[in-house]
Amino acid sequence: MRRPTTRRPTARRPRRVSDTTLWFWIFVGPFAAGLALFTYVPLLWSVYLSFFDAHNTVSPTDFVGFGNYTAMLRDGAFTSSLATFAVFSLFIVPATYALALGLALMVNRTRRFQAFFRSVFFLPAACSYVVAALIWKLSIFSGVRFGLANTVLGWFGADQTAWLSTTHPPWYWLVIVTVRLWLQAGFYMILFLAGLQRISPRLYEAAAVDGARPGWQVFRHITFPQLRTTSIAVVLLLVINAFQAFDEFYNLLSDARGYPPYARPPLVYLYYTALGQGQNLGMGSAGAVILALIIAVVTVFQARWFGLGRKEAD
Amino acid sequence: MTTPSRTGSGPEDALVRAGRALRRVILVALALLFLVPFYLLVRNGLAAEQDITSPEWTFFPATLHWSNVRELFDDPAVPMARSLLNSALIAVATTVGTLLFASLAGYGLARIPYRFANQVFYAVIGTLMVPAAVTFVPSFVLVSSLGWVSSLRGLIVPTLFSGFACFVLRQYFTGFPQELEDAARVDGLGYWRTYWRIVVPNARPVFAAVGTIVFIGAWNSFLWPLVIGQDRDSWTVQVALSTFTTAQVVHLHELFVAAAVSIVPLVLVFLLLQRYIVAGVERSGIDD
Repeated sequence: MRRPTTRRPTARRPRRVSDTTLWFWIFVGPFAAGLALFTYVPLLWSVYLSFFDAHNTVSPTDFVGFGNYTAMLRDGAFTSSLATFAVFSLFIVPATYALALGLALMVNRTRRFQAFFRSVFFLPAACSYVVAALIWKLSIFSGVRFGLANTVLGWFGADQTAWLSTTHPPWYWLVIVTVRLWLQAGFYMILFLAGLQRISPRLYEAAAVDGARPGWQVFRHITFPQLRTTSIAVVLLLVINAFQAFDEFYNLLSDARGYPPYARPPLVYLYYTALGQGQNLGMGSAGAVILALIIAVVTVFQARWFGLGRKEAD
Repeated sequence: MTTPSRTGSGPEDALVRAGRALRRVILVALALLFLVPFYLLVRNGLAAEQDITSPEWTFFPATLHWSNVRELFDDPAVPMARSLLNSALIAVATTVGTLLFASLAGYGLARIPYRFANQVFYAVIGTLMVPAAVTFVPSFVLVSSLGWVSSLRGLIVPTLFSGFACFVLRQYFTGFPQELEDAARVDGLGYWRTYWRIVVPNARPVFAAVGTIVFIGAWNSFLWPLVIGQDRDSWTVQVALSTFTTAQVVHLHELFVAAAVSIVPLVLVFLLLQRYIVAGVERSGIDD
């Protein structure tokens, strides 16, 4: 049995590559190769493609420079999809944050049935956006004739609403936001619960001695500041996830006739650009690069703003 | 339900009790609200079609039709069995493959001293910054140039290399007690045997946690299977469901039964392994 340690070099073999190096690559190599092939290569290829006129082909010949980029940025549909995303994330990020934190605080203070409540709020995370969109579209917020929302509102004498096809007022936002809240709040609640359980009880005892009233004061001066790192992670994840919104928009709003021109997030637009009728992979790649750059900038900016890198200095 | 009464009954105490009662009411109301969609899924799946579309919507359907399940699988217009099988194959293969590749890499990065280990690690966590959904266009380009469109290979292989799984496992292995491994080393085990005989058996909880998250993600994933699974035979259950809701005319009760069937495996995995997910989230370091 060989012992691949650095301390005892094997004398028999010429050691061009040391044993540890060899073993490192045996362990890490397959993963690193896969990651390079299926993440880095597509990224680079995408950048390459974005400089070419590539309709229906992955090996294009017509170099167009930044043509695809300027075309995308001048394309009203693409820029409005970016605006759509911005509005969507400005709403969904604080809403999910507040709901998840509220749920965590309430569940954390519940002694009896804590596991039950946690499971109930977490369970939607097991549901796919496709299934949830189906329930929302065809059962809760379905057409004008039937559906839970219209039935319940009908009890109060409200008119029937065509939730998903009315653009003024934009009721479809209510549908889109509630489905995402339902699906993801539980997961972030778990993150907050983990954060809450790490707060030392001594801090609360000290606060009680100092005369802080349980409730708002304790939350503001102890709980919320102690959840700072969790909050940063939650907000970052929420923003990244909001940028990736696709499944529920696609499933709630598209039908046999295609996708409506409103409420179009960037990925839906890219999907139709790159893989729809035109198969315009050059434009699609340019759009993907623009979107990736926006995400990178926002993420870095946020990390700076929240002081993610400052942890060591504290 | 009454709240347990305490000895003192000043105005402060009454306020606290009122607050507690209010919290319970809100919690129960929210819990019911969160369960409604699940209820609707089952209700509509077991109802007759006219009970779903009736303008006189009722909370309970007139009669329960368990035969809807059989009808779904017998309907030749709906490739339900095939798409379930595809989803199961993809989810299992993705989970096993991800755990294998990511855990080996995570262990190597955490425990095998190598000059450029940090650089490799940065390259791994760099991919976490690249949202998977943004790379779907370039990945589609790559997979289609490999000729893997509409194949299980195309659906599985590109998803096997998860920077997230590798990161979580590496963090876990870094915190793994060194003494156990030192003992193994003294007993003459190399990296390979130490890994399989000592580390893996002791890391079962983190494998369960990461495996569950990966399994749920693979089962629920939609954009990638939509892009790659272009033939009907390569549809996953999510793509099949989506195709029915957006394009084809299908019987609503069948659609809801199909959706209900599609979440059964996950709800089971979820309820059985939930505590590992919770533990995995707590240890993943994402909130540290």
